[in-house]
Amino acid sequence: MLHFDVPPWQPPLIIATACATQWGMTRLMRVPDAGYRSALISSLGLSLLLRTDTPWVPALAAFVAISSKFVIRVRGKHIFNPTNLGLAVCMLALGAWCSPSQWGESAGLLAWFGIFGLAVAHRSFRSDVSLAFLASWVALKAGRVLYLGQRPEVLLHQLNVGSLILFTFFMISDPKTTPDRRVARVGFAASVALLAFILQHGFWVNNALIWSLCLLSPAVPLVDRLLPSARFRWPVAVAHPSIERTPECPPLPATSSASP
Amino acid sequence: MPSAARNLLRVAVSALALLAAPRSAHAFCGFYVAQADAKLFNQASQVVLVRDGERTVITMSNDFKGELTDFALVVPVPAVLERDQIHIGERKHLEHLDAYSSPRLVEYFDEDPCQEPVDYDGRMYKSAPTTAAAEKMSSARSKTLGVTVEAQYTVGEYDIVILSAKQSDGLETWLRESGYKVPARSSAALQPYIKQDMKFFVAKVNVKNQRAGGFQYLRPLQMAFESKKFMLPIRLGMANADGPQDLVIYTLTRKGRVESTNYRTVKVPSDVEIPGFVKGDFGAFYKALFEQAHEKAGRRALLTEYFWDMGWCDPCSADPLSPEELKGLGVFWRDGQSYETAFLTRLHVRYDSAHFPEDLVFQETADQQTFQGRYILRHAFQGQAQCSAAKGYWERVNERREREVQTLASLTGWSQATIRERMGKDAPKAKEPTWYQKLWK
Repeated sequence: MLHFDVPPWQPPLIIATACATQWGMTRLMRVPDAGYRSALISSLGLSLLLRTDTPWVPALAAFVAISSKFVIRVRGKHIFNPTNLGLAVCMLALGAWCSPSQWGESAGLLAWFGIFGLAVAHRSFRSDVSLAFLASWVALKAGRVLYLGQRPEVLLHQLNVGSLILFTFFMISDPKTTPDRRVARVGFAASVALLAFILQHGFWVNNALIWSLCLLSPAVPLVDRLLPSARFRWPVAVAHPSIERTPECPPLPATSSASP
Repeated sequence: MPSAARNLLRVAVSALALLAAPRSAHAFCGFYVAQADAKLFNQASQVVLVRDGERTVITMSNDFKGELTDFALVVPVPAVLERDQIHIGERKHLEHLDAYSSPRLVEYFDEDPCQEPVDYDGRMYKSAPTTAAAEKMSSARSKTLGVTVEAQYTVGEYDIVILSAKQSDGLETWLRESGYKVPARSSAALQPYIKQDMKFFVAKVNVKNQRAGGFQYLRPLQMAFESKKFMLPIRLGMANADGPQDLVIYTLTRKGRVESTNYRTVKVPSDVEIPGFVKGDFGAFYKALFEQAHEKAGRRALLTEYFWDMGWCDPCSADPLSPEELKGLGVFWRDGQSYETAFLTRLHVRYDSAHFPEDLVFQETADQQTFQGRYILRHAFQGQAQCSAAKGYWERVNERREREVQTLASLTGWSQATIRERMGKDAPKAKEPTWYQKLWK
């Protein structure tokens, strides 16, 4: 019943390319092996959101997404969320598109329940970025509905969108591409929501969330310079502390929510 | 589908097919024999949206049946339209567009299983044709109600006013006092548009001009404007609706398929084999199929019935539209020097207030994969086939008919018993029970 309307070969192609790129770039750039979790999360996002008629575009999106983590870096942090950049490049240059409402409302509702379940069960889903973004987005949307005098159903309809769930919990939440300090992260999340709101309702831009995150991500290194703080690292660092440690950063607690 | 092509030795033509599409006699993918056009659905409105960049042309068909003095059309528009931006279209163009893009029934006839198969060298597609009231209300009263008459024109049989308003209840009162029959509680539906600074295009019939024109019906109204918003306001139409309404939206664009960004867009089930009796009742079949698909999508989706490049079709339920007809519908980029194609997306939406809380918003995608609602009849060989190959053939025919029963039942919600009964002598026979089934029966 979910009907994602994606050819069956597309998700495996994306996963395979993403993992291969992760493997290859790790060796090419001679960096410590960070595992495949990030590549798999990026693959999930691309598989669910990317639409194209051209068979090689999904593979290219995965390649751009993963390799950007290794290539576009400032002070040891990559700048763009891989899924976000993969989507943006393919939409801008290669005629790909996103179908934000293709999940249907029942699937959307299920996904909200699932995500909140995970948030209760697993702390990596309780990111302050996700929650700050969601709160800002809901506030802006609710404000607009109230201002226009629309019914509350309109707000529910606008929030019950699969791509919003994916964006909130798998894209903007990326701890590697958000500011290090908590207050800056919250501010960043609110800014992404505000810019997306302006793009969507002021300029009628489709996929405004994706463009907003893409446009604001380059500001993160600047924010980090102005408001320095300790760096996030993936929970794998706990199991293998020696792998992820870099000279300039001391070991840290496992999740972003636990950082100061 | 090469294997299907090999199975196809003889393709017979029904009288209806000859009448409807004489030039499709050599089409590869079967003959068009019937169509399910928009007239099937009660209260179906039809809208054509032509869009490239921010340039938009909307054609609204009027299927209004009733006293012409009762007719009123209120459409939110992004800006005050000038006289030249409003035009009267031709109904026949819309009818042609409907016929061209309707879901279609095609039929194949099985070859004699005892003869060697002959490869069918069919053409994949068919080319396109080569040529290619003024209101009487005082301004003081209007001012009190917060309504400004920005412009007023008489275009053909319509008296048109373009209004801007400050309060929705003022606008509702203004419309009512000016003689427009607007439904109760319109103000709640009008308010969001006022807040977004949209204007209102309000039309009623100028009965004198209508009679002078000699038309038996209302001709479609067309508007051309530029707007960032690729959307269709449907909320106003719900104010007086006493149930779901059907709307067929035809979009003509330059790059590819159009879909909604705020509702799901799904394709109607297509390319399925169904029993032969459907030929006599294709309208009822398609209505049931649409209802079923609408239900399955949670009553919240737009259904794509057709997506094709306007230059060709296969099979054709009607010829593609000529360049003049496309221009008549508002395709502005084919201007004599450029014969660039237009892509037609046919979206069918059944909406009601509960399931469609906001207007439809669209996006044009780069998707160019053609799609049509196409249903296939396969007739078994009619002669006396008695060779050894025939036994296997008849078994396959029986299995095929069984599949057709299942398919039809799942697509339409009709009961299998009814389907079998209606199939008559073509109904699949129950399989001979095996020896152990007989033993322990």
